[in-house]
Amino acid sequence: MSTAAQAVETRPNYLNATYGIKSWLLTTDHKRIAILYLISITFFFFIGGFFATMIRLELLTPAGDLMLADTYNKMFTEHGIIMVFFFLIPSIPATLGNFLVPMMVGARDLAFPKINLLSWYLYLLGGAFELYAIARGGVDTGWTFYVPFSSTYAHSHVVAAALGIFIAGFSSILTGLNFVVTIHRMRAPGQTWMRLPLFLWSNYATAIIQILGTPVLAITIVCVALERVLHLGIFDPKLGGDPVLFQHMFWFYSHPAVYIMILPGMGVVSEIIPCFSRKNPFGYVFIALSSVAIAVFGFLVWGHHMFVAGESLYAAMMFSILSFLVAIPSAVKVFNWTATMYKGSVTMRTPMVYALGFIGLFTMGGLTGLFLATLGMDVHVHDTYFVIAHFHYIMVGGAVMAYMGGLHFWWPKITGKMYNELMGKLAAVIIFLGFNLTFFPQFVLGYLGMPRRYYQYPPEFQVLNVLSSAGASILAVGYLLPLIYLLWSLKYGKDAGPNPWGATGLEWTTQSPPITQNFEETPIVTEEPYNYGRMPEATYVAE
Amino acid sequence: MSQSDNLATMPAHAAAGNHGPLQHHFESLEQQRDASSVGMWVFLTTEIMFFGGLFLGYLVYRLSHFAAFAAASSTLNMDIGAGNTIVLICSSLTMALSVHAAAVGKRKTLLWMLGLTMFLGLVFLGVKGYEWHEKYVEHHIPGPNFVWHEENNPALAAERHAADVNPGETELFFSFYFAMTGMHAFHMVIGEGLLAWLFFKAWKGAFTPAYNTPVENIGLYWHFVDIVWIFLFPLLYLIDRHH
Repeated sequence: MSTAAQAVETRPNYLNATYGIKSWLLTTDHKRIAILYLISITFFFFIGGFFATMIRLELLTPAGDLMLADTYNKMFTEHGIIMVFFFLIPSIPATLGNFLVPMMVGARDLAFPKINLLSWYLYLLGGAFELYAIARGGVDTGWTFYVPFSSTYAHSHVVAAALGIFIAGFSSILTGLNFVVTIHRMRAPGQTWMRLPLFLWSNYATAIIQILGTPVLAITIVCVALERVLHLGIFDPKLGGDPVLFQHMFWFYSHPAVYIMILPGMGVVSEIIPCFSRKNPFGYVFIALSSVAIAVFGFLVWGHHMFVAGESLYAAMMFSILSFLVAIPSAVKVFNWTATMYKGSVTMRTPMVYALGFIGLFTMGGLTGLFLATLGMDVHVHDTYFVIAHFHYIMVGGAVMAYMGGLHFWWPKITGKMYNELMGKLAAVIIFLGFNLTFFPQFVLGYLGMPRRYYQYPPEFQVLNVLSSAGASILAVGYLLPLIYLLWSLKYGKDAGPNPWGATGLEWTTQSPPITQNFEETPIVTEEPYNYGRMPEATYVAE
Repeated sequence: MSQSDNLATMPAHAAAGNHGPLQHHFESLEQQRDASSVGMWVFLTTEIMFFGGLFLGYLVYRLSHFAAFAAASSTLNMDIGAGNTIVLICSSLTMALSVHAAAVGKRKTLLWMLGLTMFLGLVFLGVKGYEWHEKYVEHHIPGPNFVWHEENNPALAAERHAADVNPGETELFFSFYFAMTGMHAFHMVIGEGLLAWLFFKAWKGAFTPAYNTPVENIGLYWHFVDIVWIFLFPLLYLIDRHH
């Protein structure tokens, strides 16, 4: 290592400002909390991945031969709960968002740093309840906790699991609250709303959903727990209660929750594409406001989960039309990203590979969503693998691809180190291929009528299921690779410098890794974001 | 967090001068106050959505099981409920006076008003506890021991057309009664804790005309909890009382 590099090493930054386990566990620095979240959600990602592995192993053969039906129920339930509530929902906001929101507005921290730390501890406490429920024998209700099974008949650890989600929900609310207040009240001088990076617009829209939606999930879960423990009869049909009311309240949160997962990913892609096209994003205002539009429409479409649950035809038609409307702001984004690349000088770096993967997979996930919003079609494919494939295209093909892209884009800023570019691209391609091999056959399976949540199936479905399981193993390799080379880069990676991609944005104007208070002095914003015309080319050239 | 830690990482312009309660990441006390206030309102929005779920369930069932809800509601003691409503409204007044006292820097008035607010809150909770005990005596607590007496009372049955009343549906009413008043009381208990903390801080003279955001924000919370009751009282106690 050269002396110049050593000098960079010893420069004070948020990582070496203080030492010791206490300086991390009691930190109020948003950047350190982002790292704490990053480690915790990675842990839960691999736990959720373990359950996915068990599901795909069971489905290799038509017979239910690897585990009992009850065990299989627990596998898909825990896979869903962990991946939705403990990985996808916190993924981008709690890690990249925590790190970047204050930096992008030129602030020294989020508005409420202690509440930010509290949110991480609530997340851990919720996770502990979840792990306790798993260790004691698991939950078998499905991640949707439908009553009356969950409230009355299930013999598994529903209350512990539900309590875990309830607590983790508050961590999500607090993150959202912090983002809203920070973006409203702590922007740098000159940073008007129309000068806000698109990542902030999408995180703002996400925070609105977290604030308005999550409490409804919380009270719904409380009602189920009260019914189970204290025998209050809120959804009990024996007393005249209505189990469908539970579904309404559950999906009032859980549909918008899909947008909690995907909107931040759209924000990440909106940052990556202009940078690696060296262009101002096409239609900045439309991309920004389409995030808000998605958040608003997202609250009006929950009934499309209940087309076959005894909803009136009139309600079903309205929910169907409103669900179609979501396609408009989503398509605005996809068209604007592609238009941004048009005649840009596109360079294929790892984050860009992920972003392009996102556009393709999200488009497929979105378009198959329209199939499901169509009443007649939905009756045919309801509760089949078509639905599974659709939402995995959005959540894994969309949200996880974007998360990985964002992690690779801001990794040099977070750690000050460059990872191996070749390995990065290789992993991105492996994930893309493995993902498609896993989930594309499931569209066909669902269309042919294979129901979800069954541990055995007729032999004619086996070929497609084997393809899917094979794809899952490739996908697993794709997710393990970054774990290795990103950790490798911490020690052996080259120094990134303040702005390796030649990107715009306040976070790139400060050193990598940043100092604890982010900026030497409060920055002043004097121009629109994404002025790539004046930016020099990327300073870092892959070997 | 120790002051020396802060100073080490604090930018020069924030460290200069004695700003007292100004946290390191805000530019000015005004910005800090603004942020806290927006944060509190956003938090109250989440609270509205939280209670909203229960209100929605209540309204749906009240529409579909009106007779049972009216009959069950008529067993609640309206006078006690009304009295408790007045107690709570008075506590909102004393809370508002606390906020004013803090803003003008009258420490003694602040302490008196905070103490009164806490006292009125405790009176409300005591009365609520008495009412819950009544329900216990009458076997109106949902669960295996729930009994709907009125179906065995011919006089009342004739008056209220009890034949229309499904006992299970009255149990549904009491499920909401306990869930809603219980959730409300839980928020009152948290409010009492916050007021006790405020009282302690005020005792130490922490609040000045320049810095009194906690009093203001906890005041907002207290008013919110009162408003929830203002909706709960007519919804639970005053169904079909004109008979």
